[in-house]
Amino acid sequence: MAEPLLSIRGLSKRFGGLLASDRIDLDVTRGETHAIIGPNGAGKTTLIGQLAGDLRPDAGSIRFADQDVTRLGAPHRAQRGLARSFQVTSIFRDFTALDNVVLAVQAHRGSSFRFWRPARAEPALRGPARVALESVGLGARADVRAANLAHGEQRQLEIAMALATEPRLLLLDEPVAGMGLEESQRMVRFLSTLKRRITIVLVEHDMDAVFTLADRISVMVYGRIIATATPPEIRGNDEVRRAYLGEDQT
Amino acid sequence: MAISRRTIALVAGCIVLALVPPIAALTNQPFYVDLFRRMMIFALAAVSLDLILGYGGMVSFGHAAYLGIGAYAVGIPAFHGVESGWLQWGLAIVASALTALVIGAISLRTSGVSFIMITLAFAQMLYYLGISLETYGGDNGMRLAGRSRFGGLVDLREPTVFYYVVLGILILFLALGSRLVASRFGMVVRAAKANEPRARAIGFSPLRYKLTAFVIAGSGGGLAGALLANQTEYLTPDFMHWTRSGEIMFMVILGGMGTLFGPVIGAVALLLLEDVLSALTTHWQIILGPILVLVVLFAKRGLFGLLVGAEARDG
Amino acid sequence: MSISLALVLEQTLNGLQYGVMLFLMAAGLTLVFGIMNLVNLAHGSLYMVGAYLATAFTERTGSFVLGVALALPATLLVGVLVEVVALRTLYERDHLDQVLATFGLILFFNELIAIVWGRAAIFTSVPQFLSGHFRVLPGLPYPTYRAAIILVGLAVAILLWVLVTHTRLGMRIRAGASNRTMIAALGVDIRFLYTLVFGLGAALAGLAGAMAGPLYSVQPGMGEAILIQVFVVIVIGGIGSIRGAIVGAIVVGMADTLGRAFLKPMLATVISPPAADKAGPALASMSIYLLMAAVLFFRPEGLFPARSRS
Repeated sequence: MAEPLLSIRGLSKRFGGLLASDRIDLDVTRGETHAIIGPNGAGKTTLIGQLAGDLRPDAGSIRFADQDVTRLGAPHRAQRGLARSFQVTSIFRDFTALDNVVLAVQAHRGSSFRFWRPARAEPALRGPARVALESVGLGARADVRAANLAHGEQRQLEIAMALATEPRLLLLDEPVAGMGLEESQRMVRFLSTLKRRITIVLVEHDMDAVFTLADRISVMVYGRIIATATPPEIRGNDEVRRAYLGEDQT
Repeated sequence: MAISRRTIALVAGCIVLALVPPIAALTNQPFYVDLFRRMMIFALAAVSLDLILGYGGMVSFGHAAYLGIGAYAVGIPAFHGVESGWLQWGLAIVASALTALVIGAISLRTSGVSFIMITLAFAQMLYYLGISLETYGGDNGMRLAGRSRFGGLVDLREPTVFYYVVLGILILFLALGSRLVASRFGMVVRAAKANEPRARAIGFSPLRYKLTAFVIAGSGGGLAGALLANQTEYLTPDFMHWTRSGEIMFMVILGGMGTLFGPVIGAVALLLLEDVLSALTTHWQIILGPILVLVVLFAKRGLFGLLVGAEARDG
Repeated sequence: MSISLALVLEQTLNGLQYGVMLFLMAAGLTLVFGIMNLVNLAHGSLYMVGAYLATAFTERTGSFVLGVALALPATLLVGVLVEVVALRTLYERDHLDQVLATFGLILFFNELIAIVWGRAAIFTSVPQFLSGHFRVLPGLPYPTYRAAIILVGLAVAILLWVLVTHTRLGMRIRAGASNRTMIAALGVDIRFLYTLVFGLGAALAGLAGAMAGPLYSVQPGMGEAILIQVFVVIVIGGIGSIRGAIVGAIVVGMADTLGRAFLKPMLATVISPPAADKAGPALASMSIYLLMAAVLFFRPEGLFPARSRS
């Protein structure tokens, strides 16, 4: 069996008195869609932060694409093929949607120490950017200033930016957060088309999305992963039930 | 193809500036050549600052240091009999670039308030260094032995010739700057300013680009310094004083941050304002101070934005 | 010129004394940075106001102590006035706006002082009861006035320490320095706290200015020269931290004073005296900035940052 694309061993992070990550072990295989769920305060955000390269773990290791990336920052991981979306939409608000994606393409196509040619006019950048925008359904909105896009469109833009970097792994932090029913269903349908082609790790609260998309689910409580299994198995797991619904329910 | 307000404003600006010497000759007011030349030199300094301040979001409060370096890069060789403009101005650019590299490498490790204070501190350090140069006038500064020479090419001692040289350099710098901010490099710098975590998440390591921008801006400041020394024919450490840095910053804000052409207007406006006020009273700074405060509080978009409208402002 | 132990001790004490002045300025400034996130370039103006007011009150009342005692609340009032009128709007703004607006304030204050008192430097003399020397150690007479400054600094540091660690206000200050939004959410009257902190900083700056009068010349613009060194203190010490301000102030005060005194003769032992003559003063004035660069290289957040690293 091939080595997992993402491999976490003994990951720990403490904030003062709070142990946000408690010796986490996790393997994500290539082509898998892996969801991480858990009640609020379970430490999901901290885990994402450490996976993305924003936070340094206190202990443990992260191995991605056959390389130890524990000490590497976010830019390096992105260059290795890790793309992410943020929990709170994070885009270049004053640039157009197209410019946003052009930047993402640019980061992975050649040197950016070019001082003369206008970047936005480069076909090598515009082409793939348009394709990415079309694929998420924003083709018609390419020239709209990102700040003027609807909330749901902005989240689609983030996905487009992530895809434009031709990633090996897509790290999605609550991709359907703040979306209405129709929008989230559209997003989930779109994300399903990505399955197999790209490995996906997503953190989500929306259980419909999770159970539709995930091949495997990991459940986090108090900084630890208490279960990693297929969706049916998780559904039937007593410990998980207790963690989410409290002791006095079955 | 519709000609944008922006283009009209730019062309008009160039024409106005180009017409100053003939008009000054006609009205027998040679002083205006001197005045506008001074404005253009500071405009160059302001535009170079805009590259990092307006586009890069780096609040460098030590930009005047490069003016000083450029000025002394002209003055010191001239003192020792080296009058070649090529050498002096070349030295001005190289010395400023190297200084910016060192200062930037250290300062860019910090951000926010610390970055402001550190750039200020380094500029002040250079100011004290200038004061300690006894041979070159120390505190009082020194006269420039003679304007930079360029062989038979141009004679800077001719006021009008010098004027058009400065205008040419300003236009060239603006043209290069325009290409720069639209280039791949420029886009990364602007992205890092707009949303650094996002820029990192797509794979850019912002520090190297910021540092490069810092060096380019410093070089521009150095060139402006070389021109300034030729303009005033006198150089003092005051060129590097931190209040100078504040003045240049104000030119950028007043004219319009992140517009490249706005700072030109800002330089003209601020220097004109200072001229008018100082004619009114020796205590003109007591009026200028509050004006600056009011501009910051209420008119931050800058004059260029007022001129061409908000959308045309962003390139 | 040979370097005797007495000279080294004397210069060390001078370094401590200068460090006290820096600390008084830095304490207020770092709190304002840390709690209100406000870059205040006009802090030096408060130092200047303190110096001028102390001089004026001393002349009026004939007593130095009274002069200083009156200058303190007066400077505090000026500070509060500036805060309420001009600075309140700046809390919401970004640092660039704050820098530029307070820069405008500097121009205003310098010119205001020049109008009232003229541009020429004013020299005041050390008060009678603090003039002369006293024996710190056998063979080491030290100016009484400078020693008094050191003692005042010590007293203020202790008072501040008590204030910050043992009072409600101090607790709020520490909380605010570490997480501003949190204390607002907890219902602390932010406006009043801000004005109080700013006033405290103004009073400290005024005290520094008042004591500075007899030692350094009193003239428009005197605040800016020391302000930049205060920035260095804060950068080295860590923004928002009183402890950092103390350590930074002593380090910078020592480096500056000892550098000025000994760099030239020390260099002269290694390179030729004429070269040392030129390089010495240059290096001395650059020394604290080089020190700052060195600290930043290893610890960009300073030695004792108040905010935890995220």
